[in-house]
Amino acid sequence: MTQLKDKKDRGTTFSKPLFRSPFYDFFAAQETEGHWYDWNGYKSPTILSDEELEYFSIRSTSSVFDITPLNKYRIVGSQAEEFLNKLTVRNVAKQNVATVKYTLWCDQEGFVIDDGTLFRISDNDFRLCSQEKHLPWLIDTSHGFDVEIIDESKHVCGISLQGPTSASILRLLGINGIDNLKPFHLFQTKISNIPIMISRTGFTGDLGYEIFMKNNVANKFIERVWNAGTNHGLTAIGYNALNMARIEAGFIVANIDFISSDHAIRPNRCRRPDDLGLGWLVDLNKGFFNGKKAILNSKLEDSEAFKIYALEIDGKEPAEGSVIYYNKKDEVGTVTSAIWSPMAKKSIALAQLKLGSSNSKMENLWVEIYSLKELQYHKLMKKVSIVKPPFINLARRSACPPSNC
Amino acid sequence: MQSVEKNFDVIVIGSGHNGLVNACYLQKAGLNVLVLEKNDWIGGAAVSRELHPGILYSNCSYVCSLFRPEIMRDLELPKHGLQIVAIEGGTVFTRDGDYLASFRNYHAKKRELERFSVKDSESYLRYSRDILKQCRFIQPLLMRTAPDPASFKFRDLSEMLYILRKVNDLTASELADTVRFWTMSISDFLDEYFENDVIKASLAVSGIIGTALGPMSPGTAYVLLHHYMGEVDGSIGAWGYARGGMGAISKALTSSFRAMGGTLLNNSEVEKVDIRGARVKGVILKNGDEYLAKNVVSNADVKRTFLKLTDPEHLPPNFIKKVNNFKIRGSSGKVNIALDSMPNFPVISENNPCLKGDIHFTDSIERMERAYDDWKMGTWSRDPFLDMMIPTLTDPTMAPPGKHFMSCFVQYCPPKVGGQNWTKENKDAFGETVIQQIADYSPGFKDKILHMEVRTPKELEEEVGLTEGNIFQGELTFDQLLFNRPIPGYAQYRSPIKGLYMCGSSTHPGGGVMGAPGRNAAVEILKDLNLPDTDIRDAYEVL
Repeated sequence: MTQLKDKKDRGTTFSKPLFRSPFYDFFAAQETEGHWYDWNGYKSPTILSDEELEYFSIRSTSSVFDITPLNKYRIVGSQAEEFLNKLTVRNVAKQNVATVKYTLWCDQEGFVIDDGTLFRISDNDFRLCSQEKHLPWLIDTSHGFDVEIIDESKHVCGISLQGPTSASILRLLGINGIDNLKPFHLFQTKISNIPIMISRTGFTGDLGYEIFMKNNVANKFIERVWNAGTNHGLTAIGYNALNMARIEAGFIVANIDFISSDHAIRPNRCRRPDDLGLGWLVDLNKGFFNGKKAILNSKLEDSEAFKIYALEIDGKEPAEGSVIYYNKKDEVGTVTSAIWSPMAKKSIALAQLKLGSSNSKMENLWVEIYSLKELQYHKLMKKVSIVKPPFINLARRSACPPSNC
Repeated sequence: MQSVEKNFDVIVIGSGHNGLVNACYLQKAGLNVLVLEKNDWIGGAAVSRELHPGILYSNCSYVCSLFRPEIMRDLELPKHGLQIVAIEGGTVFTRDGDYLASFRNYHAKKRELERFSVKDSESYLRYSRDILKQCRFIQPLLMRTAPDPASFKFRDLSEMLYILRKVNDLTASELADTVRFWTMSISDFLDEYFENDVIKASLAVSGIIGTALGPMSPGTAYVLLHHYMGEVDGSIGAWGYARGGMGAISKALTSSFRAMGGTLLNNSEVEKVDIRGARVKGVILKNGDEYLAKNVVSNADVKRTFLKLTDPEHLPPNFIKKVNNFKIRGSSGKVNIALDSMPNFPVISENNPCLKGDIHFTDSIERMERAYDDWKMGTWSRDPFLDMMIPTLTDPTMAPPGKHFMSCFVQYCPPKVGGQNWTKENKDAFGETVIQQIADYSPGFKDKILHMEVRTPKELEEEVGLTEGNIFQGELTFDQLLFNRPIPGYAQYRSPIKGLYMCGSSTHPGGGVMGAPGRNAAVEILKDLNLPDTDIRDAYEVL
């Protein structure tokens, strides 16, 4: 399950601590500004040219984003389904072949370790993608199951193609199945003999696809996609643009909107699925799974926990990192992600709030925004409304067949 | 000869870092303090000595992490020249011709671990998280006097309550972890996270350093925690070099002490604490000089203080027995080497910063345990565990350009060989064992040696004054920690004799160049003298 020592790597770990994805050269060539960050140990772009324009490529034309740094675990074996049923909170038996499900997994205390997407490639063959690394937990949980866990993270790469013209680009590449591919479905195919797995998924709330392949075909593949996108406004994007889109879509990120129990050092920082607004994923009717008992017990307690909420905020200032107050004076929580939404034309935010079990506080929430203007903070107290995510709802996201534009 | 007055408010025996910290705080509080040092240099075990022309040796302690930032700030040590530079890396050489490096950079470190085990590289996250949780629990206890659990004084009760509240803040599983931490072996503890032997060996080091226990002995997990409780500028668990060698710490403390008007005398070995009518009158030196003070603070370890410097007639028999049985076993030695040029380690590529930190040659826990077996049999380890450093790769002030000082901490090394005193032959053979281990990985190493100092527990005891050469002035096992350190009923820096105090590493919270015992003792002494301790900062909050 663990790879042999890579002697080649010896002596370079300190000089190049960050990995480079097989798509690195492609993205580096698109870069005019040069803002990079560390995403899961990979040197990844935050902005390649212009954050705003990159964002609008997601909403108006098409964007290509490197998702190689995601962790990819291949789970194969006659008991792969049983194993995943123990690991994750959803009922994997109900997941059809060739579909993708958003899911999460908890520790024995019912605290969320991470969320991710589970691809069912065949009956006994799955791929689990996640933000954080989980090999030890997967191996520990696999004890006694006829299942093999392969960490494909360094061998499989991927891109996310998102935006209204993304389906047209794939049609141009000769992928016939695109018209029939429904959201959260996948199929395997070839482009000019390059084997790929393509799913109608993404992190933008828009029409879009994620495409995985082996590292060695990455260059050839991205060249084909890039050429096909010439007349469809295809733009290479960095994380900042994607982040705007994902906040609009109301998606949460581990260790940004909640602390993974793998990372939590302080007591009471851990969160259960209900606290994340994801209780609907948990199937309490299935057999044993990690954290089941604790989740059941927690339902009997009076919930004093922080929960994640989607907020709309008066005015035009984004509220990143701001404190939320009840009745303008009692602190009830913090904003974890926030932007001015160019699509909704609103200041929107995700926040963790402790409001108690009654809903009485919801009507009287305020956010204190420190808006820095020429070295002076303007302290604003703005009205907050709790809304149901997503902040934007695009018909094209689920239209099937997708439009040809 | 200096002419000094003979009357002081406080006399501190020994200029180790804790003695100096204690003296500084007391002088700062307005007392007239005298520090007496037996050697003609200062610093106890935190020294830089020019043992070869042009080359400074940190010939006892050799790295710094635990020294409390609150003390550095209170005593204005940066102003007096103290500078701690973080260590960049470290490495373990493996017998199969590879090495496992570690780096300050998280990803570089992780990628090195990945070369040995991907699973372990990921487990490292959970391991660090769990260690950090425990450190958060224990760290606030360092800068507080341990409560006496048998006492009903308001202070002791409230301190006990403080600890109980902290315990209460832990979740059930954290509390279980805490209890396990205090009692487990480092080997068992690491097995819960890691599969690879080299990785485990590299992490087990902190569990055995300075301790007469093997990695499979219960209690060693706590020793690891003790080594993780420090920081360099907020980077928890990080270690650094004192610029100018460890003596730079003593030098800065002395400078601070003298700037406040304190008196420090070298070549002044205390023979006896002068006790009359069950209270302290002063001290008598070996040379017959006498200095008077109503308060004497001993920086020496508890055995030296009460079995050598104090006449037994003044001490209760039970106390003497407990002091006698205090575990302060010698387990380590040191080989300090001046080098003509940088040794060559062919397997390490040029500019790899891993040589700037701790260098080890023990690639399995099994080998560490076998090294301990030799010690139990009464001899030095034939295949010893080395914690080797070349501070001159980081610090340009310790040697001329191109020349180097190398510090080798060696474990295990017994206080006596087969029950007999160390002979010159044995000492040479011990030194040769160490040199040979290095030379196995570094061809031509022996030719680069300009000068070498071999220190067994015997030399450490004779020169520094540490009983059996124990670097912690007493082992850091649970039976000798908190309100049991050094012995139950005397964990608050006081002794059975009025006016006689302890401030060395034998007291809570224990060894390492931390300064907390010296500081905490000052708080207690000022309390007894009804003086305010407003110049002694509380520990920074652990948020």
